[in-house]
Amino acid sequence: MSTQNKTAANVPHLSYRKTRVHQRWDDTLFDVISTLLLLLAIGVVAYPLIYVVSASFSSTDAVMAGKVWFLPVEPSLKAYEAVFTYDSIMTGYLNSAIYTVLGTGVNLVLTTLCAFCLSRKDFYGRGIVGGMVLFTMLFNAGLIPNYLLINSLGWLDTIWAIIIPNAMNAWYVILMRSYFENSIPEELFEASGMDGCSVFRQLVSIAIPLSGPIIAVVALYCAVGIWNSYFDAFIYLSDKNKFPLQVVLRNILILNQMDMSTVADLRDMASRQGMSNLLKYAIIVVSSAPLLVLYPFVQKYFVKGIMVGSVKG
Amino acid sequence: MVGRQKSAGVPSGMMVKPSVGKRIRKSLPYYILILPPLIYLLVFRYYPMLGIQIAFKDFKVRGGIWGSPWVGLKHFELFFSSSMAGTIIKNTFILSLYSLIASFPIPIVLAICLNECRSQKFKKFTQMVTYMPYFISTVVLVSMIIQFTDISSGFINQIIVQMGGDPVNFMGEVSYFRSLYVWTGVWQTMGYSAIVYLAALTGVPMELYEAAKVDGASKLRRIISIDIPYIAPTIITLFILNTGSILSIGFEKIYLMQNSINTPVSEVISTYVYKLGLVNFNYSFSTAVGLFNSLVNLFMLVLVNTISKRVSKVSVL
Repeated sequence: MSTQNKTAANVPHLSYRKTRVHQRWDDTLFDVISTLLLLLAIGVVAYPLIYVVSASFSSTDAVMAGKVWFLPVEPSLKAYEAVFTYDSIMTGYLNSAIYTVLGTGVNLVLTTLCAFCLSRKDFYGRGIVGGMVLFTMLFNAGLIPNYLLINSLGWLDTIWAIIIPNAMNAWYVILMRSYFENSIPEELFEASGMDGCSVFRQLVSIAIPLSGPIIAVVALYCAVGIWNSYFDAFIYLSDKNKFPLQVVLRNILILNQMDMSTVADLRDMASRQGMSNLLKYAIIVVSSAPLLVLYPFVQKYFVKGIMVGSVKG
Repeated sequence: MVGRQKSAGVPSGMMVKPSVGKRIRKSLPYYILILPPLIYLLVFRYYPMLGIQIAFKDFKVRGGIWGSPWVGLKHFELFFSSSMAGTIIKNTFILSLYSLIASFPIPIVLAICLNECRSQKFKKFTQMVTYMPYFISTVVLVSMIIQFTDISSGFINQIIVQMGGDPVNFMGEVSYFRSLYVWTGVWQTMGYSAIVYLAALTGVPMELYEAAKVDGASKLRRIISIDIPYIAPTIITLFILNTGSILSIGFEKIYLMQNSINTPVSEVISTYVYKLGLVNFNYSFSTAVGLFNSLVNLFMLVLVNTISKRVSKVSVL
């Protein structure tokens, strides 16, 4: 099982070398250290996540007494029962889902339109528009001017304040534009143009169908961003029924504003505190679950997305 | 990225350049397509920039942005003469710099280790795990910090106690704030940041490795002499981008981590702007501080970019 046996076979670019390569001792040492570093990274990243999940499935006493280390102790679903009967969390869930779907949709439309136009060389004026997009990455008006705009539009405390102000992100435009430019053969556009295909048709019938991966990437990034953001809702919304999940979570998890009356009957202080502690772990799991469950399936798109737009000089 | 733009619309030499009028007419469909994004940019990105003028005015609700009286640099003078200015600029700077330094090398090391990894399965698994925290929201991350460092129920203190130490109130002591902020940030983003470097590393030509092997170079040698120089442009580009945002350190996480005890080190420009503006309704003053912040960012970005252009020929602008 020494590393020597694996040397050639498993490294793709060396695979043509059939002969067994003798590994230098310092290379072996390097491999060992590098593997240890990776294991360390896995441990450091995964442990807190495992702990949260295990704690959320354990009993209050076990968590408070510090008995939970790796796997759930005295397994119970109490915390989850409480979470799913907690009204504001469920409302927040629904609101976040609505904001995420609508926001991602609007984002995709604007980003695709902008990126497509910027990728076409026969678009007269693309330098100006491209510069305008880029400049938004460098300079932002700031908190108050943006707030005043939303206020003067009468959008405070409405869904528009959440969806529209961030409807297009310069970074995604650049990502998608470079995909259009580099991954779709220019000949397709030329040929279709000669056949009298309009620009709209080129967008709908050539560019979009050939850009599945990048559209998926932008959609995913957008969705994650909207699902996880709380700032806009925090400054623009005041109606509790419109709060997205993250704002609800902040109130519960960080400001400790928990309505324990809905959570079973807990008489004494200690069990209340224990339950609220446990509830927090369960809430963390429930709120992050949609993304983490989806994640292994979409991971390759994320990686691809970064590769497509990877910033190289 | 931008260099390509300059050659835009210039047809290859053999054709005669069409007149501007003709090109505009030919671009008509594009103008229709670009209209929604353009309206968005103008209304939500550029129009608010006009609102920056209230930094030089005394904002009155009745007068609004345009009708309020001009006061020149009053708010800037007020800010720079206040005792808060020094503190929050210093806090912002230290926190950003600490973040930048701590979070820069680790993803590079991770990417190199991943690139050298022989087993594709192990590589994929490591990538998947380290990338995961990127999907956790700031609210959840901060609440995890609070839960884990809790003086009695947090597992970190439980470990300390079991090893015979005294529990430490991490969130309740000023001295831990910066490290908590920075290292949890590293925890959350290292896998994500590593992907960019990994992407760059996969582009290293195989011949270079082959040649180095033939010459008897060790793995470490190959990394230092091939890998690092190869991904240097990526490193520099990201460094420029990060330096550009040195004073725009995220509001969300700091604000969530703030408590009455750590404000002496956790009050940064963005949290100060928020509190002044939307808690105390001091719109003009808040905008002035925000503008100062944006200008410093822009200046830093241009500065680092210029230096990098001179030294290494890498530029993002």
